[in-house]
Amino acid sequence: MKIVKIKTPVTTEKIRELKAGDNVLISGIIYTGRDAAHKRLVDLIERKEELPVDFDGQFIYYVGPTPAKPGDASGAAGPTTSCRMDPYTVPMLKKGIKGMIGKGLRSEEVVEAMKKNGAVYFGAVGGAAALIAKSIKKVEIVAYADLGAEAIHRFYVEDFPAIVIIDSEGNNLYETEPKKYRTI
Amino acid sequence: MRKVKAEQIKDVIKELFLKANFVIGTDILDMLIKRQKEEKSPTGKAVLSQIIENDVIASDEKIAMCQDTGYAVVFVELGQEVLIVDGDFNEAINQGVREAYEEGYLRKSVVEEPLFERKNTKDNTPAIVHLEIVPGDKIKIAVTPKGFGSENMSTLKMLKPADGIEGVREFIIETVEKAGPNPCPPIVVGIGIGGTVEKAALIAKKSLLRSVDERNNDDRYARFEEELLEDINKLGIGPAGLGGITTALAVNIEFAPTHIAGLPVVVNICCHAARHAEATI
Ligand code: SF4
Repeated sequence: MKIVKIKTPVTTEKIRELKAGDNVLISGIIYTGRDAAHKRLVDLIERKEELPVDFDGQFIYYVGPTPAKPGDASGAAGPTTSCRMDPYTVPMLKKGIKGMIGKGLRSEEVVEAMKKNGAVYFGAVGGAAALIAKSIKKVEIVAYADLGAEAIHRFYVEDFPAIVIIDSEGNNLYETEPKKYRTI
Repeated sequence: MRKVKAEQIKDVIKELFLKANFVIGTDILDMLIKRQKEEKSPTGKAVLSQIIENDVIASDEKIAMCQDTGYAVVFVELGQEVLIVDGDFNEAINQGVREAYEEGYLRKSVVEEPLFERKNTKDNTPAIVHLEIVPGDKIKIAVTPKGFGSENMSTLKMLKPADGIEGVREFIIETVEKAGPNPCPPIVVGIGIGGTVEKAALIAKKSLLRSVDERNNDDRYARFEEELLEDINKLGIGPAGLGGITTALAVNIEFAPTHIAGLPVVVNICCHAARHAEATI
């Protein structure tokens, strides 16, 4: 199995080197965002106002962690279902997001925008939240603190485990892999 | 009458929600280990190993196995000879949930109203309580924190009696296939057949309290559970939806009497974080 180490932020050229099926270990900064934060961000984009974070070259992780225990950097932090963010994703890609981390299917519109803008969709294993938390070293809230678990957090991660599910050419593991094991 | 203090109910609820969120059932863990060995896809094998490792970390370190610590669903079988004293029964349950989610560092995922403001209640209450009055002087409590990645993939269909077993099979397989990677496979498929709309949903949810290694008491339904599991695992979806022969760990069916004109079916999907815990007072 090919393992690629990547450091954020990234350039479009670097992102285009990643291929569906690559196992990656991500280090650097990852921003978090779920439904409520995405809604606010896209409202700002539509009104042509400034965003609270510069997303150019950055990764966004669809997650709403549990509160951290005293002494721990992060609580359990596994991916949430990405398709709920599909309606907001095209404007986010235009703002320079290069990587999205989540679980589950994406819309055709999102995949098309990924190809166009040069971005990758990573999968983290859903329900492996306690394990994933081990790679999160520091957490800061950067916007929308009133949203609690749904606030935008900045995660400082080391070797965060993920798999490239959809690459910047639109190759999609959810389409290619299950077929190989289908016997019905 | 046997007297039970409301506070005792609160304490039990709290303990059960903490346990359910930290410690995966041995039935699930054993099944994950067995399936990890049998899985043919290398990625699928790796995903199952990650899930097993995750579940061990969660129970060792007492942290939530999944960040979606769920909507608090409580099933109570209340003995009719029990008298609850020194407090309010429903409040005792909610207080137990509140304390578990606060003290256990669990996520609060409940909004007070679904359509307009969706404001978080900030303590994961109110719980959803299903109460049944039964003979005796005991209180049996089962809790299940239900994650919504899988809840959202659940379906209901009012089939025609003539659709029969093949119609039911087709509907269930179609639901699992459409859900694909979203409900965090390997999943447990809870099925309710019969009753009315709400009864079918209720027994589907209730079926998820059953161990994954236990089959329905009725041989015909037990066989149907096994056939469905086999078919679902032929879909190829696999662990995390990345391909493989482990899409589901079990299919649990519950059935109920129904109307001469109807065949309601509910498919309530649960992820591999199939959390439930029980106690008797
Ligand atoms: S579906 Fe289950 S395992 Fe997946 S994120 Fe939700 S609660 Fe966790």
